[in-house]
Amino acid sequence: MAAIAQFPAESLFTLCTDAWTQPWWDAAREHRLTAPCCEDCGRFRMPPTPFCPHCRSQRLRWPTLSGRGTLFSYTVVTRAVIPAMENCIPYVPALVDLDDAPGARLTTAIVGVPIDAIAIGAAVTVVFEDRSDGVVVPRFTLATA
Amino acid sequence: MSIAGRTAIVGVGSTPYYKRGRSAPQTLPELVCKAIIAAVEDAGLSMTDIDGFASYSGGFDTPYLMETLGIPEVRFTSMLTGSGGGSAGAVGLASAAIVAGLADVVVVIGGVQQALQRFGSVTQSYESLPENAWYEAAGLVGPGHMFALLARRHMHRYGTTREHFAEVAISTRLNAMSHPDALIRKPLTREDYFAAPMLSDPLCLFDFCLESDGAIAVIVTSIERARDLRRKPVVVRGCTQGGEAGWGRSLYWMNMPEDQFLTSGNRSVARDLWRQTGLQPSDIDVAQIYDHFTPMVIAQLEDFGFCGPGEGGPFVASGAIRFDGGSLPVNTDGGQLSGGYIWGMSHIREGVAQIRGDAANQVSGARLALVTGGPSSIPMSALVLGD
Ligand SMILES: [Zn+2]
Repeated sequence: MAAIAQFPAESLFTLCTDAWTQPWWDAAREHRLTAPCCEDCGRFRMPPTPFCPHCRSQRLRWPTLSGRGTLFSYTVVTRAVIPAMENCIPYVPALVDLDDAPGARLTTAIVGVPIDAIAIGAAVTVVFEDRSDGVVVPRFTLATA
Repeated sequence: MSIAGRTAIVGVGSTPYYKRGRSAPQTLPELVCKAIIAAVEDAGLSMTDIDGFASYSGGFDTPYLMETLGIPEVRFTSMLTGSGGGSAGAVGLASAAIVAGLADVVVVIGGVQQALQRFGSVTQSYESLPENAWYEAAGLVGPGHMFALLARRHMHRYGTTREHFAEVAISTRLNAMSHPDALIRKPLTREDYFAAPMLSDPLCLFDFCLESDGAIAVIVTSIERARDLRRKPVVVRGCTQGGEAGWGRSLYWMNMPEDQFLTSGNRSVARDLWRQTGLQPSDIDVAQIYDHFTPMVIAQLEDFGFCGPGEGGPFVASGAIRFDGGSLPVNTDGGQLSGGYIWGMSHIREGVAQIRGDAANQVSGARLALVTGGPSSIPMSALVLGD
């Protein structure tokens, strides 16, 4: 029986935002996956920053994405280096290229699937983790799962 | 005006390398001072000759060091931004100051003490920042978790294997076994490697560098003054730093375009180094490659042109980096994987030893040594030392 990818512990992360990142987390609370898209040149970026690196524009739109992506890379964390990790291993930090936001790669985690089934290039889809502190974190699962 | 060939390293000082926490009750500035005192002694200079400080990765408090060591005046005190990627580059910073006439005798310092904060969980010590929320939420607690993401993509794209990582670990351990200052001198077999616990798959225990304490200082002065001092000058043949925006914050960002994601972030630094020195990879006799994680040694061998992109795995598997018979002996002191992790400074120390000709694992006839810093967030850096 293959191990199942766990959710990284809530205590590993306390959300901190600024005016540029807040809309992304606000969308997550509504269970919408988004990514900042330059209003002027149409290119996506992650994480959200105050200027478009292509045209220096500060104008953004936040389209609702399909939630589909492609697994670019991942690791399987199997050793707790701090006590907060002890109850959540193994977990699977991952990089996901968002299918409908080219140029934006999300640092996230794959959850809820057998670790043996995870492979680079796999189609993945968003799931939303509703945390006890009210923060919602977009995670990903295998699209076929 | 170039810094190439205009300055030399004339003194090196080091504390012992300690396993994490074992340097107590010494303080970190105390370790740094001990390294500086030893470097001044090695150079045959006096403490009052020092008139400049160069560092990286947050550096140290120059006025405190002046106060406690009795250095009467400084004319230059500067530091590279970023972290361990700047280690080799700090020598270039010292050289730039000397060539520009801003200082005469610059001490380059680096040190680490992990009693309070292990590097293995270093992000827990960082202030929460809005742009870091994604990697924190993903549970990327230490650099090993992050570099594992790079390593797996390299394996996927190029067919690099854990056998290749094992060869880096084993080759480096063999060097440590015959180096008196190395922390880990037990034999490491292929069986040991594959029996080791995975920490962050595909990286196992032996793919990680040591967590250690210690400090190292090197003294840089002009080539003219160096010739009057007691040690054979080790010439700074060239030193470059920087990086491309496509690498950027690298492991804290992860949005590198694929062709850069697969590198060590050193491509532009390597290009500039060969241009500045007029040398090419085949000229290098021995290399000290920043080895916080085994796959990053492989990626740097590619970036510096010792082999082509994606060929680093087969290159190390051929025995090329072995001290015994390799075309490019790498990390001849046991590196950071088995010798000691002093945030890159041990690589400079060993590069100097190789050119002086008094290394514990001396590469016969070594005349040119490469030393690298990073991969990490910009800057990466690199240094060529020569006789
Ligand atoms: Zn734009």
